[in-house]
Amino acid sequence: MKKLLSLSAVLALALAACSGATATPTAPAATTGATAAATTGATTAALPYISIVSKGFQHQFWQAVKKGATDEGAKEGATVNFIGPNTESDVQPQLDMLSAELAKKPAALCFAALDSKAAGPTLQKFADAKIPVIAFDSGVDSTIPLTTVATDNIAAAALAADKMGDKLGGKGKVGVIIHDQTSRTGIDRAKGFVDEMKLKYPNITIIGPQYGGGDLAKSADLAKSMLAANPDITGFFGGNEGSIGGVLNAVTELHLDQTKLTIIGYDSGQKQIDAINSGLEFGAVQQNPIGIGAKCVVEAMLAIKGQTTFDKVVDTGFLWADKTTINNADVQAVLYK
Amino acid sequence: MPAGRSSAVIRADFFQRFLAFGALIVLILFFQAWCILIGTNFLTFENFVNILVATAVVGIMALGETFVVITGGIDLSVGTVMTISMVMTAVAITSQHLPVPVGILVGVLTGGLMGLANGVLIARLRIAPFIATLGILNVARGLSLVITQTRPIYFPDNPEFQSGVMGNVLGIKVSGEFGIPIIAIIMFAAAVIAAFVLGKTALGRYTFALGSNEEAARLSGVNVANWKILVYVVCGLFAGLAGVLSAARLGSAQPATGFGYELAAISAVVIGGTSLSGGEGTITGTIIGAFIVYVLTYGLQFVNVAQEWQIVVTGVVLIAAVYIDNLRRRQRA
Repeated sequence: MKKLLSLSAVLALALAACSGATATPTAPAATTGATAAATTGATTAALPYISIVSKGFQHQFWQAVKKGATDEGAKEGATVNFIGPNTESDVQPQLDMLSAELAKKPAALCFAALDSKAAGPTLQKFADAKIPVIAFDSGVDSTIPLTTVATDNIAAAALAADKMGDKLGGKGKVGVIIHDQTSRTGIDRAKGFVDEMKLKYPNITIIGPQYGGGDLAKSADLAKSMLAANPDITGFFGGNEGSIGGVLNAVTELHLDQTKLTIIGYDSGQKQIDAINSGLEFGAVQQNPIGIGAKCVVEAMLAIKGQTTFDKVVDTGFLWADKTTINNADVQAVLYK
Repeated sequence: MPAGRSSAVIRADFFQRFLAFGALIVLILFFQAWCILIGTNFLTFENFVNILVATAVVGIMALGETFVVITGGIDLSVGTVMTISMVMTAVAITSQHLPVPVGILVGVLTGGLMGLANGVLIARLRIAPFIATLGILNVARGLSLVITQTRPIYFPDNPEFQSGVMGNVLGIKVSGEFGIPIIAIIMFAAAVIAAFVLGKTALGRYTFALGSNEEAARLSGVNVANWKILVYVVCGLFAGLAGVLSAARLGSAQPATGFGYELAAISAVVIGGTSLSGGEGTITGTIIGAFIVYVLTYGLQFVNVAQEWQIVVTGVVLIAAVYIDNLRRRQRA
């Protein structure tokens, strides 16, 4: 019995320690009429509770989305809870997260699906409970979401192709490394870059795209093998933070002459920012993760207030960052480290 | 005097046996108290069902792992063996157009086959369980990606597979849309079978014998290698069943998932009081251990604890549980 008590004491201690560190400063579970107990004598005007179930939470990109969402929530008077699985292959844990959020009876859900079809039945329960759903990032392949808040990745990757073609003077060989061929973002970025290149710069040869899972080491290996097979490569495009990071590692490790290579990336992170400043990387397309988070909450609040018709897509835009523009205020606002 | 002493021993044993169960109850009451403080309710039927569903897959995996851990071994491959079983079920149903029950059998047997590989590596080739199963972990993980060409396989033409696992028992709704999920009944049925095998069969007896003193078992004429192989096959079969259920839940085979599940399963086994040094353990303990892991995961999310801290707490609870279990053992010794 004593041990039972000591176990519960350890538990209580551990939990109390983290209660000081709960994500939201305001009353955490401001659920709207979750239970009879919650509604009786609830004198405080409960803020609408918005659940955001993301594809991850550890990457800096997701932390920037989270910041945008929580800041916007504070501004608009909503309690925002941002969560996501540990890795982007955790399809099942993401469903458990959705179920737990549904049990809190949120006023709205913002959702970036790891697998739209797998999430279908759970998402249907949100629809049945008349909880508005806003999709973001990769979006959700379903009719349930009212709108999708995302970057137009095809247009953004096409901009990268334009910059590349222009810099190379319309000729040369470009290696393309993308994170995967299954997610919407991976498909769109590969397509956007390759199609634009073929259309506008037909004399540029494209090597790839090859897929490195957004993993630094794997993407570096891909870049090295491309270079081994094609020593005359003049440019590289990396489709996300990990892919381009791998290219940068490969080029540094092989001690290549960086003046002969045009490297263009996607998103930011300290490594890319440093590489752009040092001249190793020519530039990178910047999504607006803070804007994605903020827009999610804006759209969710409109839905909570009763708006029923939405645009199919809310484009959060993108910017070009190179040595000359990286210190501009508008670019600085979307960079993350 | 002797009678009094023995009843005290029985009483102490009672408390020890229900230590894990007590901890689970304390944990649930703790979350309920927290929920009352923030004006909500933890003890709802919906939460109960969500926790059951979340626990089922890893819970079943942990059943098989219990056998292996009692022999003093470890199986790190259960997570990705689950994945390849999920993939093989999907392949059977979709590209081979086999009926769903056959697909289920293919999935479970795939798990058994991977278990056989583990067993042969360990018992015949004398490779340490940690290394052998680490190898099979990667083999299964890689093969899952190869077979699926890294893409998920969906089976939209077999909705009965998903509803048959995720639906409510007898279609009865207990509260709102929620009933007792069939997947939970499958988990409890699997636990009953596991408890029977461990407690009432020769395999169960040899599982404990291998863990308590393998040399003594060998000297008394037990075919140690064959029984050990069988234990790993059993573990693989449970991982295979977990894969089938996971496939049903997701309506698809997800080739990149599963890695890391083995740690949740091993946590459940250890929190449930099974000793990593072998020779001791119960199925009831494992199931309770699995619930402790998932009540904790679900509860922390339900009360909105920041995710970074959720991970920290999970680690602390694992260590605390094992430490207290050690105290119990030392006291009894």
